[in-house]
Amino acid sequence: MGKVIRFLPLIVFIALGAVLYRGLFLKPQELPSALVGEPVPAFSLPSLKNADTVLTPADLSGDIVLLNVWATWCPSCRYEHPYLLDLAKSGQVSLYGLNYKDERQAALKWLDDLGDPYLLNVFDEAGRLGLDLGVYAAPETFVIDHHGIIRKRFAGPVDAKVWQQEFASLVKTIRQEQARGE
Amino acid sequence: MLTRLLCLIALLFIGATSVLAMPSQTQAFDDPVMEKRYQSLIKELRCPKCQNQNLADSNSQIAVDLRNEVYDMLNQGKADMEITSYMVDRYGEFVLYRPKVNQLTYILWFGPAVILFIGVVIVVIAARRKAASKKELSLSAEQQQQLDEILKEKD
Repeated sequence: MGKVIRFLPLIVFIALGAVLYRGLFLKPQELPSALVGEPVPAFSLPSLKNADTVLTPADLSGDIVLLNVWATWCPSCRYEHPYLLDLAKSGQVSLYGLNYKDERQAALKWLDDLGDPYLLNVFDEAGRLGLDLGVYAAPETFVIDHHGIIRKRFAGPVDAKVWQQEFASLVKTIRQEQARGE
Repeated sequence: MLTRLLCLIALLFIGATSVLAMPSQTQAFDDPVMEKRYQSLIKELRCPKCQNQNLADSNSQIAVDLRNEVYDMLNQGKADMEITSYMVDRYGEFVLYRPKVNQLTYILWFGPAVILFIGVVIVVIAARRKAASKKELSLSAEQQQQLDEILKEKD
């Protein structure tokens, strides 16, 4: 007992050091979404390209849906755009866009100038759907599985490296689940 | 002269930061109770983008949106609980500056008390050991008597 007490300061110091050292590598800004495991929130919003078309969650169809939140006022969105074009071409996922708190004309011009990787774009001018999704900035990307359940939320731009680290294995897992008929 | 200049510079800085810290827009209520609830809600809710600020202090776009959301919900007659759980449903427990007591937050809520308890236990044990070692050094009644006799003989 006496020996333990004598070494207690050292033990406490080492434990505290370990905790703080681990803290150095945590990324507190990467919040998990409250919506992981939940279905896509209900919405009915106009399409970006066609103001008269009303889109609902049913329009986000595909095996694995990637919902990318973007806006023309967002510099990181411009950075990730070329990768999204590649991703759309690869056919791994069905890529949809959520044009978040943007102006329709500016957004349409963006797609004309830079290319359009999206199957469809939901035009969320007021940011209502963004709020329901717990979006706090653009770009953000949601992975939605074949049951319409949100499986992942990623905040920040997606590029090849991020795709490998964050998305590739999840996409594979969902494919396997599908194959097993789950 | 130099002190004056420094004071002036300091004042300028204070002025600048206080301007920066002001949210760009605040909502007005006719009802002072509503106003109070609004103020306390936006102080209790954390801005998801700028994580060390609450909604009241932050100027980020999302904080402005969420302040407006709180304002609208209050005007719709929603209870404070409803508003906070609406936020938690979307942004997670993280948006609460005072997190709920659950398995994840036990360490936050009870950690300091546990550490204090451990500290007190260590202090008590150490004090007792010290007292016990002192006792060993003191003489028994018999020894004391012997000592007294020896001292008396000397006299």
